[in-house]
Amino acid sequence: MKTIFERTPTFKDCVTHYCPGCGHGIAHRLIAEAVDELEIRGRTIGIAPVGCSVLAYDYIDVDMVEVAHGRAPAVATGMKRTNPDRIIFSYQGDGDLAAIGTGEIIHAANRGEQITVIFINNAVFGMTGGQMAPTTMLGQVTATTQRGRKTEADGYPLKVAELLSILPGTVYVERCALSSPARIRQAKKAVKHAFELQIKGAKGLSLVELLSTCPTYWRMPPAESMQWIETEMVKVFPLGCLKDISNTGQ
Amino acid sequence: MTAGKVLMCGNEALGEAAILAGVDAYFGYPITPQNEVTAYMSKRMPEEGKVFLQCESELAAINMVFGAAATGKRAMTSSSSPGISLMQEGISYLAGAQLPSVVVNVMRGGPGLGNIAPSQGDYFQATRGGGHGDYRTFVLGPSTVQELVDCMQLAFDLADAYRMTTVVLADGILGQMMEPVTFEKKPGRKLPPKDWALTGADGRDQHIVRSLWLKEGVLEQLNYELQEKYRLAEKNEVICEQDRIEDADIIVVAYGVAARIVRGAVTRARREGIKAGWIRPVTLWPFPSEQISKAANKFRMFLVVEFSCGQMVEDVKLAVAGKAPVLFYGRPAGGIPTVEDVLDKIVQLTLNPEHLKKRT
Repeated sequence: MKTIFERTPTFKDCVTHYCPGCGHGIAHRLIAEAVDELEIRGRTIGIAPVGCSVLAYDYIDVDMVEVAHGRAPAVATGMKRTNPDRIIFSYQGDGDLAAIGTGEIIHAANRGEQITVIFINNAVFGMTGGQMAPTTMLGQVTATTQRGRKTEADGYPLKVAELLSILPGTVYVERCALSSPARIRQAKKAVKHAFELQIKGAKGLSLVELLSTCPTYWRMPPAESMQWIETEMVKVFPLGCLKDISNTGQ
Repeated sequence: MTAGKVLMCGNEALGEAAILAGVDAYFGYPITPQNEVTAYMSKRMPEEGKVFLQCESELAAINMVFGAAATGKRAMTSSSSPGISLMQEGISYLAGAQLPSVVVNVMRGGPGLGNIAPSQGDYFQATRGGGHGDYRTFVLGPSTVQELVDCMQLAFDLADAYRMTTVVLADGILGQMMEPVTFEKKPGRKLPPKDWALTGADGRDQHIVRSLWLKEGVLEQLNYELQEKYRLAEKNEVICEQDRIEDADIIVVAYGVAARIVRGAVTRARREGIKAGWIRPVTLWPFPSEQISKAANKFRMFLVVEFSCGQMVEDVKLAVAGKAPVLFYGRPAGGIPTVEDVLDKIVQLTLNPEHLKKRT
């Protein structure tokens, strides 16, 4: 029999704690595949955030650390500066990166830290029970916006990729979605490219924002959640590459 | 660094001493009265091929220390009281993840933004862990610039040996004051290999550095293991100096720069015929409770002198355990008692009419 698909070795063979239809499992697999295809498992160190993906080290089989809420880019900085030959990536959700850790990500990007950041935007705080995130959509009902998010009280969905793409310290910023096989294939390319740039020693930070599902706190079935990314989220968070120095010959 | 004696302020000297102790990375954020450390390290660390980084905040600084420490590097930061408050989250995570690190606190007046004058107001914060959870950090309380220099190697060695944070608790005087110092590379202690470090899982199983343990009973067990480590430190790592306590009617307890003032006052008291002695805890955690308890077996008075409204006095009371009276004299937030002030207290407390008469 011909094998047409197999689990990539760096993605552990186990059941995850994620809810049915959650995008974290897909995102983890993409990272594991990139690590294996680029043959960097032996020199990669990953950083797990606070949030649903805090246990990412239970699924991604590389050296990993779990850090304080939002501080992953600072921890990554400490690691990369003292170990320039290691490949350092952080994995952060929207609460972690865009709320409590806004300062850390902006300054790590602005210093041009040579790290790879995988940013999961599912428009909600998952682990704590579905509260509003900075990326929550206008009108979206969450545990703390029970009549829907309103600009008067809660401001606007925060466009992290756009913000970071204007900083000279970033080398690559792309927003992808995990909402269909085609989108996932594009996301895989982006994740791999972000690692490749670090391997090549590109002088700055690369970030891939992944629009991801949270069926539990969106209160939608998984398939409908995938649809919601396509019909609603991409209107506010347009997909595509915002910056890539390898395209501009820089 | 040139050999022999050099005149340096405490802040610069501690930076040089950290380099001598093999620090790989320094992460810092400006705050008075420790700015000389950051400036000095910005020049010296690159000269040594080591990492210096001025961070966007103290939150970032302590987490950069966390990152470097997780890969097995010797990392440090320095700050002053308000900045140290911000670092407490990170220090708690370092304790939970059992990562070694060195944090220097050049204390200033508080609470709040306080002032930039010398103070010992952060004793509670340093010796009780400081952040959330049931943990401890080593706390060293040097009293001279030379001792500040000498304690940096010890700070890193203790951190590595026990996989803990060592807090070097200085104050604005020690940081700013210039004194002649010598730098001497000492052999240091034999340290266990950092076989837990994150280096990339090349040909081995994955390493995980973490502080989250959700499964029932696991975190409780980890806490017991931490406590075992702390008991071991209490048994083996106490450093304390004492002088003229055998026949003393009054023992004055102080640490850091306050202990230098006390030493002067005790010498003058002896000259006046008062049987005074002093005890100076060098490690504030682990605290020299045994030494103080032993000294309290004979009935005599204890006077604790601090640049605060009384923090270490609580540890002295716990050590004395009611066997003798423990009194306090201190001034907070930049109020520095003079030798004369402390001597007056000693005279008043010993209540010898002859001395009182002589002084009025």
